[in-house]
Amino acid sequence: MKAEHECRIVEKRQLTPDTVSMTLAVGDMVSSAVTNTGRPIHPGQFIHIKCGEGLLLRRPISIQSWLGTRMGGTITVVFEAKGEGTRWLAQRQVGDTLNVLGPLGNGFRTTPGPYLLVGGGIGVPPLYACACYTGCSSTAVLGFRSKDRAILLDEFDSACIDVQIATDDGSLGYHGFVDALVRQELAKEQARPYLGVLACGPKPMLKNVANVAAEFNVPCQVSMEERMGCGVGACLVCAVAMRDGTVKHVCKDGPVFDAEEVDWDA
Amino acid sequence: MPDVNMQVELAGVTLKNPVVVASGTFGFGREYSQFYDLGELGGICAKGLTLRPRNGNPAPRIAETPMGILNSVGLENPGVDAFIQEELPFLRTFDTKMIANISGNTPEEYGVMCEKLSAAGVDMIEVNISCPNVKAGGLAYGTRPELAAEVTETAKKHAGSVPVMVKLSPNVTDITEIARAVEGAGADALSLINTIRGMRIDVNTRRPVLKMNTGGLSGPAVLPVAVRMVWEVAQAVKLPILGMGGMSKGTDAAQLMLAGASAVAVGTALFADPFAPLKVRDELADLAARQGLASVSELTGGVRPW
Repeated sequence: MKAEHECRIVEKRQLTPDTVSMTLAVGDMVSSAVTNTGRPIHPGQFIHIKCGEGLLLRRPISIQSWLGTRMGGTITVVFEAKGEGTRWLAQRQVGDTLNVLGPLGNGFRTTPGPYLLVGGGIGVPPLYACACYTGCSSTAVLGFRSKDRAILLDEFDSACIDVQIATDDGSLGYHGFVDALVRQELAKEQARPYLGVLACGPKPMLKNVANVAAEFNVPCQVSMEERMGCGVGACLVCAVAMRDGTVKHVCKDGPVFDAEEVDWDA
Repeated sequence: MPDVNMQVELAGVTLKNPVVVASGTFGFGREYSQFYDLGELGGICAKGLTLRPRNGNPAPRIAETPMGILNSVGLENPGVDAFIQEELPFLRTFDTKMIANISGNTPEEYGVMCEKLSAAGVDMIEVNISCPNVKAGGLAYGTRPELAAEVTETAKKHAGSVPVMVKLSPNVTDITEIARAVEGAGADALSLINTIRGMRIDVNTRRPVLKMNTGGLSGPAVLPVAVRMVWEVAQAVKLPILGMGGMSKGTDAAQLMLAGASAVAVGTALFADPFAPLKVRDELADLAARQGLASVSELTGGVRPW
């Protein structure tokens, strides 16, 4: 049976003025997780956190990394303090406890081998778990608005073969969007045969990355975002239109989808 | 567990306890069955059905408001046939009452769905004449007494021996007028309230947060409206009432019952806490025990107005 968990915050780091990394002691949540793939927990899943008494909706936050029960049983999340809920969350301190449901959703389906990991902004953290999960053989293309908003660069450096950065204002790395770097990288694919592209970020970015991947015939998985309610698939608010005319839900069917099944023009 | 009889009657159907889950907040039970045995619940109002499958409205479909949420799901559902084939057998494996919820574009559609559901075997049919998120039918039936009566009559005619409960909209000037019309047309029970139409605007983008611009408000913010309307309706008609609207605690449930509800439904509270219905049930049992009641049903209509 699934349960709600009271999880103590054991570490908190301010990555930028708006971005917080929090590590929670989750007991046996990691090893007892019930997922559709049979694996206990995988990159791209999220936890659903209650943010105080006044807010009725939990906040879904992607898992950046985890340690199994024998290693201490922790989950680390990275989030941006953007609205009322995440601001409340950002004010919690080490020692405070959070009410957590999860891990929820279906993550990236990977096998050990080189992937091209493409992240934008607060979509970057879950790809760190992908980097570790794919045997540290992947390449990361990470996009940020500017240098002072770049996060987790050291972590990606240690878990990837190559890390390329793009910023919207050119203050760090390539001046422009990540899809240009993705195109560059896939164009030299003979040198490095990627098993796929794994992407997480704002929808316009995902759409562009999906287009480039399709052009080069590389399978692409995207982690989608939508305003969420229950987080378990009952309330049906987090709808995403599919190319075949059906509707799927980010919390239960996703958040990770095959890029080619998504209706990008909806 | 305190020694209070938690069993209640709703339109001739015996519920093991008065706490039901509200339509649209519980899907078809599969998700929450991963958290606890659905047999713990008094009943399940399944996600609203239409004759044919519906994709619902574009996202965003949800917005948070002070002590509430707005939704504009728009009756996304697989259609009544798929429900009967793929979902009902699963729901039937639990020892709880199965209440199907239906919406139609015409009275005839309500009739066809009642026939199918009655043949398939459900414990009750909740007729939704009050969805604020669909253009045709829906709310229109719930805001005009003669149309509400027509839908009720047609549903009754096709539901066989299955009791028909009509879900009322709060988006009316006088809810008792609709309640009386529905009672006159032969309804077996009433459920209220559905969501209250509302809107939230992002002041920076000047866009409504919901893609449909407006949606239905639920959550603790609407509890006092629900209590007032249950109280008004309970005085106007003799029908049993399933009370709902913003309930998240045992005392909320007790308020709705004192106002006149025979049973109550938990909805939005589920989103924050999947266990909310069980907590409400236990808190209600404690409250009844503390007040020395032999049966929780003694609360129904027990308000002492000034």
